[in-house]
Order: sequence, then structure tokens, then C-alpha cells
Amino acid sequence: MTHHQYASPAPVGGSLINVATLVCGVLIAVMASILLVRFFFGLGAVTHINDGYSWGMWVVVDVMIGSALACGGFSVALLVYIFNQGQYHPLVRPALLASLFGYTLAGGGIFFDLGRWWNFWHIFWPGYVNVNSVMFEVAASVTAYILVMWIEFSPVFLEKLGMRDAKKKLNKLLFFFIALGVLLPMMHQSSLGTMLVVMGGQVNPLWQTPVVPLIYLLSAIIIGYGVVLFESCVAASSYRRTIEMKLLNPMSKIMLGVLAVYLVVRFGDLVLRGALGEAFKPSFVALSFWVENICFVAPFFLIGNLVARRNPARLFLAGVAIMLGGILLRLNGFLIGFDTGPGWHYFPSFPEVMVTVGMFAIEVFGYIIITRRFPVLPREDVPVAH
Amino acid sequence: MDTRRHFLKGVLASGAAITTAAVAPPARARETHNRPADALGLLYDATLCVGCKACLTACKTANGLAPEFSTADHLWDTPLDTSAYTFNLIKMYRNGTMETKDAEVNGYAFMQTSCMHCADPSCVSACPVSAMTKDPGTGIVAYDPDACVGCRYCVVACPFGIPKYQYDSPTGKIGKCELCRHRYKDGHYSACAEVCPTGATLYGKSSDLLAEAKRRIALKPGSLTRYPRGRISAPDQSYEAPVGKYLQHVYGEKEYGGTQVLKLSGVAFDKVGMPNLPPTSSAATSETIQHSLYGGMLMPIAVLGVLGFIARRNVHDEDDSAGNGKEEK
Repeated sequence: MTHHQYASPAPVGGSLINVATLVCGVLIAVMASILLVRFFFGLGAVTHINDGYSWGMWVVVDVMIGSALACGGFSVALLVYIFNQGQYHPLVRPALLASLFGYTLAGGGIFFDLGRWWNFWHIFWPGYVNVNSVMFEVAASVTAYILVMWIEFSPVFLEKLGMRDAKKKLNKLLFFFIALGVLLPMMHQSSLGTMLVVMGGQVNPLWQTPVVPLIYLLSAIIIGYGVVLFESCVAASSYRRTIEMKLLNPMSKIMLGVLAVYLVVRFGDLVLRGALGEAFKPSFVALSFWVENICFVAPFFLIGNLVARRNPARLFLAGVAIMLGGILLRLNGFLIGFDTGPGWHYFPSFPEVMVTVGMFAIEVFGYIIITRRFPVLPREDVPVAH
Repeated sequence: MDTRRHFLKGVLASGAAITTAAVAPPARARETHNRPADALGLLYDATLCVGCKACLTACKTANGLAPEFSTADHLWDTPLDTSAYTFNLIKMYRNGTMETKDAEVNGYAFMQTSCMHCADPSCVSACPVSAMTKDPGTGIVAYDPDACVGCRYCVVACPFGIPKYQYDSPTGKIGKCELCRHRYKDGHYSACAEVCPTGATLYGKSSDLLAEAKRRIALKPGSLTRYPRGRISAPDQSYEAPVGKYLQHVYGEKEYGGTQVLKLSGVAFDKVGMPNLPPTSSAATSETIQHSLYGGMLMPIAVLGVLGFIARRNVHDEDDSAGNGKEEK
């Protein structure tokens, strides 16, 4: 067994009322009022979705991209508990917290988009379930993962509440929930890609492939590390804390390794299927394909060598590039490279965008409150954030 | 060294797990389904259609659907496409001078758009709650609003763009043709075929309709033949008419494993809004992937076993009680 010395997590402290939380509060109120209109007058009252593009921003961004950006907890757990890299342990709690929020919101956000939301329980009810449906697998696995993450994260609350006995009991079983917490994202992050398959020829061949589950799974793992890079840098700068360079540096190298595998699979598949020609057509779709893949290749130029990886700004940019690549991979498959025939167009309405913005505001709001009041971020011997 | 060994073990085990989980060869490929033996359907013959839209009106009446307006005066039911309130529509193809009916160049043609009742429907495969179902006997693809969660995966999945949603309602439903299955008990059949004055829309068993379609395309253009009206079986309402210029293609015979609604046309199908589809269905591909990965939940349970074994070794005491004990409180 290897043991690593690291700072234990502690609350950051400081006031809960500040510019960031106030802005978030306003954005959340705007979202709530838009949703009120949606639930009284229907989806068409606030969104631009139509029968050609029935899945708009609320599905593709809030749920698909939202859950992919919430893969930090999964990717770090994979590293720490499965690859036994205990030194990364200080990253576990902050990453898990972001994942917890991301997934809980993605799961909750589905209700805004479900046209007949009062029937949602049918997805889990034996008499209704369709095991052939990719969406059934996604729904069941995402729900289970949200529960598992709350259990994984509950030691933080139990610590705060001083419930040592309960925490001890939970610790005995924690390994099982950690294993589930690695398995479940593997299942639904791959299936989120498989959801494209049944759409057939409507999806551009650049994104319609039988290996789409593997592509989405690998990209989710990479995005997980990208998000940790991003969040660590943002948390460090906004809380005026030191950046965990000793951890982020080697972790970003691991990220590059998985990224290399991803690119081999991605382009190998395109070449083998003979689909790469689509990328050279003079179209917006082809352009979007190249932007997506430039984002995925960029980290090799940004943090390709050790010196570059010691630069926090470059780590941050690499994280952002990966997130953008992952966002585009999903936008391209489900919206930009999705063609239901002539006459159909989709561009989100302003209220539609504001609901997505409100979702991210809830996430930031919750993250601030929990990190300031609960032991999540590693303890630092510096003055408390203002 | 210890760390490295553990790391490599983890890499090997998880790598194997991920690889088997994601790229395992399809253990039991799900073949594309074929039409049931007694499948019911329609045969739409564009060369017989005069564009009167009696089918549209009858469909609206039979299904209790509200009118849709596209003109300023809001006087006439004038839908521009199928929708959750319009299950059946005749669209027009126009080219150049529009002189000749059913000619691709300088001609015009009609095409009906409505549910094709696929042998292997994408919507049924996609639906997570069995609100879209395919009757094993008649093969009719039916919708149950009481089961539906309104996720609209069916809308996105259908290659014909048929299931459509009521975006203007807080309790919106999906709307699509169900071949008037609710009228069978009264001795009626699909309203569009019942009222079609030329037999351009003909109702019957798909196997009979396919035979009739093949008979027609084998005839010499301009020669006289008898065209049945209403339904292909008795009572006889047939009439004699000259044979049109058919493409040698029965649309729906093989597309996506076959559809129960079949079409004949003089103008290329992709020009009149019918997509080019392969003979295998995307539902079969999707379900092959899904069942290879999740059949009997064997693979997930095996991967969970491996992960649980590794996690048990790697979740250290310090991990369990991170932060605890070192806190002063």
C-alpha cells in the first residue's frame, strides 16, 4: 500500500454574499420565470425547437454537454482508485463536488424538456421500460450515478455534522460505491454517443459511426481531466489560493496519453469508414468538424513538454481547449451535423439560452456555498478568502 | 516500484474492461426485422393522384384533428407539412414549365407523406417507455399518450420525420398516422384510402399491395389496366385507366428492411421527399450495439467486479477518513 502526504480538506470560509453569488441569484430568478412560462404554455412558448430539430439546447447542452463537463469526478476517481494514483487524492473532493452538481442539474434539467414530465417514472417502471432503447439505459444509469455520487460525497456532510459512527459504517462500503461510480459513467457516457446510431443517415457520417460509444467514452474521460485543470485554475485564482501544480502537471500528461488514444480511434474510424471526405466539403459542417478536432489537438502544442506544463496559464488553456472540443463533438453530432431535410432550421431563442445560463449559475452558486462552508478544497495556511 | 506496479495493474485491468465494454464484437447481431405476415398498409401511386387532398380532409375528420392555417385569412385548413395535427399530406413537386404530370423535367408530381409503418421502426426502438409500439399482427406502429414521457426521441429518430410533437401545448402529445386502427371495429379502414377517388391511396395487406405494385410497374406505359379503389380486397370498386410511366422501384419494398406503406412514382423518390435508405435499419444497428454491451447485464457486472476488486485494494484508510482526525474541531 502506498501512502501519500497531503493537506486535508477544509472549508474555505468567507462571506456567502458577494458579487458572484448575487449575479448567480439574479440569473437563477430569470431562469425560474422563463420556466414558469414553459410549464404553463408549452415548450414552443419559450424555445425554438421544432419537428426538424426537436432536441435543442436544453437536451444537447444542459444534459449531454452538461453531464460530459461533469466527468471530473469520474476521471479523477478512475485515476485515484482504479489506477491507484493516491497522490491525486486532494483533487477527488472538488472534482466530485462539481460532478455532483453537474449531474444533478443535468438530471433535473431533463424535466424542463420532457413534454409529458408527469409520466417520467415510466422510465423506471417494468411495465413501461423498453430495454432496446438507448435512452432507457442512459436514464437509468444517470439516475443511479447521481445517487451513487451523493453517497460518495456524504462523508463531507457527515464530517460537518459530526456523525462519526455513520461515517465509519459508510466507509466500509465506500469501495463498492466508488466502483459503481466508475462503472456507471462508463455506461451512460458511451450510451450518450450510441443515442446517435438510431438516427441513421440524418447524422453526418463524420459523427455517425458504430464506434461512437467508444469515442464518447474516451472523450468524456479526457473532458473530465480538462475540467479539473480548468476548475483548479479558476478556484485558485478566485479564492486566491496556490495552484496544485505538483498534481495538475503529471495529471495533464496522463490526459495527453488518453487524448492520443482518442485521436487514433477517432481518425482511424473516419479513415476506415471512408468518411473523411465529408470533412473536405466546403460546408459549415466540415468547418465545425475541423474546429472540434483542432481543439482536441491543441493541448499537444499547449502543454506538450514539461516546461510548458509548468505554466498554469497553458494548463488552463489546455483545459479550455479540451472542454470546447468535447462541447463541439456533441453539438456537431446532435445539432450541427444533424440534417432532417430541407426547410428545417434551429437556433436557440434568448429565453432558451437564459435557462441554460441559469443552470450553470445554480452550479456556480452551489459550488461557492459548499466550498466555503464544507471541507472540500485542500486546507491552505494562507489567509481566508475575502 | 510498488506504486508503478499497482498503476500498471490498474491500467491493464481497466484497459481490458473499457475495451471489452466498448468495442466487443457484436455477440448476437440483431437482424433487421421484416414485415409481419399479415401486415397492413397503404399503396400510394403518384401517377394516379390528382392532388385533390380529400385524403387530408378525411384524415383530419377521422382523427379529430384541428385545422392549421398558413394563409392570412385563416379560412382554409392549409397545413404546409405534416405535424402533430396533420398526419397525412399531399406535397407537390414542380419543375420548369410544369407541362407534364409525373415528369422530372418541366413537369409536376404529387407525393403523399405520412407514417410508413416501418417493418423495423426507429421510433419504436428509440422510445424508452414503450409508448411507440409495433403490433405483432397488423404491424401498425401505434402511439400511447398515457405512456409517453414527451422526450421526443421518436421525433429525432424517424428518417421520414413522421412522429411530431405539440409544442404549443403544456401537455403536448406526439401525433402520427396509426392507419385509422380505431375505425376497424366499425368495419372502416384508413380514411385516406376510403375517400380517395382515383385509388391513388389504396388500403390492404402489405403483401397484396406489394404484389399489386409490382404488377403495375411491369405493365407497358399507356396500356389500359384496372385500378382498384378503397381497399385492395372486395368489394370491387375498380376502374379502367391508362398505365403511367413508373420508375422501376417500389419504394418501401426494401428500405430499412421494408415498410408497410409502399409508394410508386414517376419522379425519382429523393426528388419528391423520400430519403434514400439502406436495406438494413438503424434500429438493428443501435440494438446490436446495445445488446452486445448490456445483454443480460453480464458485461457491466463483470466490469463492476473488476473495478470493485481494484477499488477495495486502493481505497486506503486515509482516503476513507480524509480530513478527519487532522481537524482540530
